Amino acid sequence: MLSVEGLRSAYGHIEVLHGIDLNVSSKEIVTVVGANGAGKTTLLKCLSGTQPSTGGDIRFRGDALTSVPAFKRLKRGLSQSPEGRQIFTNLSVEENLRLGAFLFTDERVDKDMEDAFQMFPILKEKRNLAAGGLSGGQQQMLAIARALMGRPHCLLLDEPSMGLAPLLVAQIFDVVKSLREREVTVLLVEQNAFGALKIADRGYVMETGRITLAGAAAELIADPRVREAYLGI
Amino acid sequence: MDALMQFIYSGLTVGAVYALVALGFTIIYNASDVVNFAQGEFVMLGGMITVFAFDAGLPLPLAALTAIVATAAIGVALNKFAIEPARGAPVVSLIIITIGASILIRGASQVIFDKQLHRLPAFSGDDPIHLLGATLLPQSLWVICGAFAIFIGLWLFFTRTLLGKAVLATANNRLAAQLVGINTGFVMTLSFALSAAIGALAGVLVTPITLVSYDVGVGLALKGFAAAMLGGMGNPKGALVGGLLLGLFEALTAGYISSQYKEAVAFVVILAVLFVMPQGLFGEKKTERV
Repeated sequence: MLSVEGLRSAYGHIEVLHGIDLNVSSKEIVTVVGANGAGKTTLLKCLSGTQPSTGGDIRFRGDALTSVPAFKRLKRGLSQSPEGRQIFTNLSVEENLRLGAFLFTDERVDKDMEDAFQMFPILKEKRNLAAGGLSGGQQQMLAIARALMGRPHCLLLDEPSMGLAPLLVAQIFDVVKSLREREVTVLLVEQNAFGALKIADRGYVMETGRITLAGAAAELIADPRVREAYLGI
Repeated sequence: MDALMQFIYSGLTVGAVYALVALGFTIIYNASDVVNFAQGEFVMLGGMITVFAFDAGLPLPLAALTAIVATAAIGVALNKFAIEPARGAPVVSLIIITIGASILIRGASQVIFDKQLHRLPAFSGDDPIHLLGATLLPQSLWVICGAFAIFIGLWLFFTRTLLGKAVLATANNRLAAQLVGINTGFVMTLSFALSAAIGALAGVLVTPITLVSYDVGVGLALKGFAAAMLGGMGNPKGALVGGLLLGLFEALTAGYISSQYKEAVAFVVILAVLFVMPQGLFGEKKTERV
């Protein structure tokens, strides 16, 4: 579904992605794990189009994506829940969700919103409040729910567990796992390597702008190099 | 009592003009956080282009429409050639760009049109209407109704339409707006076109009362800005109420104290309000968690 070949990206003269190769097949949950500063967020930004790539190819559902502007990529079926949540803080929770389905005006929008409220009941309770007043965990739920309102074929999740209490992290990962039943393909970027690998089918390990290991999630969890470097075991 | 009513009518008329200018500020501010100080020039252009098109033989409604469309196009050009190339610059720089643009537009109008005062015939004649013991010009009703109509239109646009929400979303978080599929470049173009068109409409409505010349924009922009700040920047309701209040303060001061003090008193009241409510009468307090 999503294939990345030799992807490079730079901030000014400093190249931070040195040729990334990565594949995500339909209905898979794939995770990219790595330490802070490995380039995981830059990779996702290149995929969503908010960071220009300087080389390589991104193909999504058969089409080249590199020259498609960010605002047109959701229409292609690629949705991102970005780093730092990036919700519309001045607008209400419900308005945030409605804008997630900005491209649609049919009756499925209401149904999708009901689904979102079912997935995160706390959002229903706070539907008329300004999103900026939500707690960090609630904002993260809203960011994921908003990204799903765009009816993606593939969802890009950037560090959904960042800064959350362990109980909330578990809840967020449960939701990501449940996306399998909704037939949404997921590319999950995480520093929380153990949590991410536990729910993923496959994983990539990223270090300083390169993929250094790739394999089935279960193998990666068992791999001594991963255990030492990321799992602290 | 009759005098009071008379002052109130004149205050509402002037206030409605300020409100229209303030409403123009609201849209661009909502889309980009930029206070567009060329807003007063849009009002001037609306009046000037209408006058010259009318003198050239166009019927008044068509002349007005020409002016509104032309001014909207100038607004779009301002965004395209001055604001967009500076994307990513701090808001203060963008505001200074709009001040520069206003000086450019004023200078160009002086050359293209002239330095004379111009007038338009009133839309529905000059026979005063007697109402509650005082008189009101029909053109005043046009201005007041125009301000209310634009206010209702904008209020519906921002609260009831998805496109209006998209404008708010773009101002709030441009990155996230792109991720949900909003063409933020188009939203900016639309905002400038709408703002300029509303400014021009204000110019068309008010020219039969106040006349127009190349330099009326400066004062209007300042008053409109003050009205928007008083009501709470970015809120259409605030723009309307702020504008009307400012007009009323001025008219009552001019009537009961002295017309020399009308601006001083108005601005003292605004300062006092902002001292107690820095976000304006209807501005929202921003609370954000990180």
